[in-house]
Amino acid sequence: MIEASGLARTFTTKHGTVEAVRGVDLTVGAGEIVGFLGPNGAGKTTTLRMLTTLLAPTAGTATVAGHDLRADPAGVRRRIGYVAQGGGTDPGVPVGEELELQASLYGVAGAGERIAKLCARLDLEGLADRPAGSLSGGQRRRLDIALGLVHRPPLVFLDEPTTGLDPQSRGNLWEHIRRMRGEDGTTVFLTTHYLDEADALCDRILIIDHGEIVAEGSPDGLKRRVSGDVVTLELADAGTAGKARAALSEHPAVREAVVTGQTVRLTVHNGDRELMGLIRALDAAGAELASLHLARPTLDDVFLTVTGRSLRDAA
Amino acid sequence: MALAQTARDTYLIFRRHLRQTLRSKVAVVFGALQPLLYLLLFGPLLTTMAGTRGFGGGNAWQVFVPGVLIQLSLFGAAFVGFGLIADLRSGVVERLRVTPVSRVALLLGRVLRDTLVLSAQAVTLLVVGVAMGLRAPAAGLVIGLVIVVALAVSVASLSYVLALMTRSEDAFAPLLTTVTLPLMLLSGMLLPMSMAPAWLNVISRLTPFRYVVDAVRSVFLGDYASAAVAEGAAVTVALLVVSVALGTRRFRRENA
Repeated sequence: MIEASGLARTFTTKHGTVEAVRGVDLTVGAGEIVGFLGPNGAGKTTTLRMLTTLLAPTAGTATVAGHDLRADPAGVRRRIGYVAQGGGTDPGVPVGEELELQASLYGVAGAGERIAKLCARLDLEGLADRPAGSLSGGQRRRLDIALGLVHRPPLVFLDEPTTGLDPQSRGNLWEHIRRMRGEDGTTVFLTTHYLDEADALCDRILIIDHGEIVAEGSPDGLKRRVSGDVVTLELADAGTAGKARAALSEHPAVREAVVTGQTVRLTVHNGDRELMGLIRALDAAGAELASLHLARPTLDDVFLTVTGRSLRDAA
Repeated sequence: MALAQTARDTYLIFRRHLRQTLRSKVAVVFGALQPLLYLLLFGPLLTTMAGTRGFGGGNAWQVFVPGVLIQLSLFGAAFVGFGLIADLRSGVVERLRVTPVSRVALLLGRVLRDTLVLSAQAVTLLVVGVAMGLRAPAAGLVIGLVIVVALAVSVASLSYVLALMTRSEDAFAPLLTTVTLPLMLLSGMLLPMSMAPAWLNVISRLTPFRYVVDAVRSVFLGDYASAAVAEGAAVTVALLVVSVALGTRRFRRENA
């Protein structure tokens, strides 16, 4: 669906040049849900705008939905849908009118029926005469998505689809996105800075930082690449820290042990199975435990491993 | 094929903006308010000047109403860019640009709507002008209207170009007022430039609207073949060509 090679975009401002995107290669297959994960300013939206013909790349090539980006942008436009981060509706225009205009611009046959079905699917029924500005945040976002889907594009781009929505609307929207792929076989390319979103929705994730793709893979695959599970121990007595560390470092499953005051942070292979062994080792060393916490690696750990920064801090 | 698509897209964009205008009819009235007030509250002051040297032939209204119409053209059309800035801000322009819609249609659809609104306002002003005392041949009124509307198309296109360049109300508004006020004063809208001292007359001749005002005054007097009409028509056509070319190019450029 998308084949991009060396895509780059440099902006020249009065403060100097900004390399927003530096040589991005990506491949997206039909029917995939692929996520672009990265902190704000990483180049996600710029890459998206290049792929949707809104911005000319300063270097690189791409084929989107079967059409060459540079040679046939009009062809690309006919086959893609795009939902921008801030939406694209005028607050004074009624919902029905926006959808009708959108359908007319694509020359959708049987527009009335298509719109009715789409509204039913996206919980927008009965809102045809309401001005877009009077809708709730979730409704407005679903309207933006409806506008992106009205012409049944095989490929849809979603830029930060759930940013600014309450948790219930977010979960609701995730369901709709899954259904897009499940029912219509639509390929979805989304950008997000939410770890849980990338984890929950995407078949594959591309982690982007400072304009480059730094890691790629399925959510589980990426997490497996990180050293292991994180076990955090709180010792009852900071004095035993040295003994604890010594005992734990010797343990075969422990990859890394870092002590900060009373807290010991371990990276352990198969943490849930090794837990008992670790506790016994500590017991034998005479280090008493105050608390214990086991965490599977998160995408933030992946990001931290690959870039040296936490996604939460970088956002 | 491409032309048919452009025409169809232009109609769709025109229809969208027309509906928006119809939803805010108050704005349409307000757009014509300034020239209307000039007509009603300033015009009568000029009736005694009719015989003054340099005022030109004809009664005060034949001299003043063309000025008011050009004022409508200039101010009414100059501010249409605000609508585009609002659409840029709300993301509507970007959303539409991802569709196959013709880039030119995004400009022409808007300009067509502006032309329609302005024509309605101009006819209203003419009717009021006639009620106040304007007497002009029908042909003159029609030609005058055509010139005024053509001018409005030019100004509107340039307004949209400026809106695309500034992208913000805070930058757009002061730029507009700085440009339009001297242009209005130098065009001889309120009082004919023939009453001006030589130096002011010279500066006025460097601005385009002077020729358009003189042309409309000439046709309102029934003098269709004068030098003023020829100059005014030439300036109007030149402005039209330049502004639409600039506008088309700019709308196409904002694009991969």
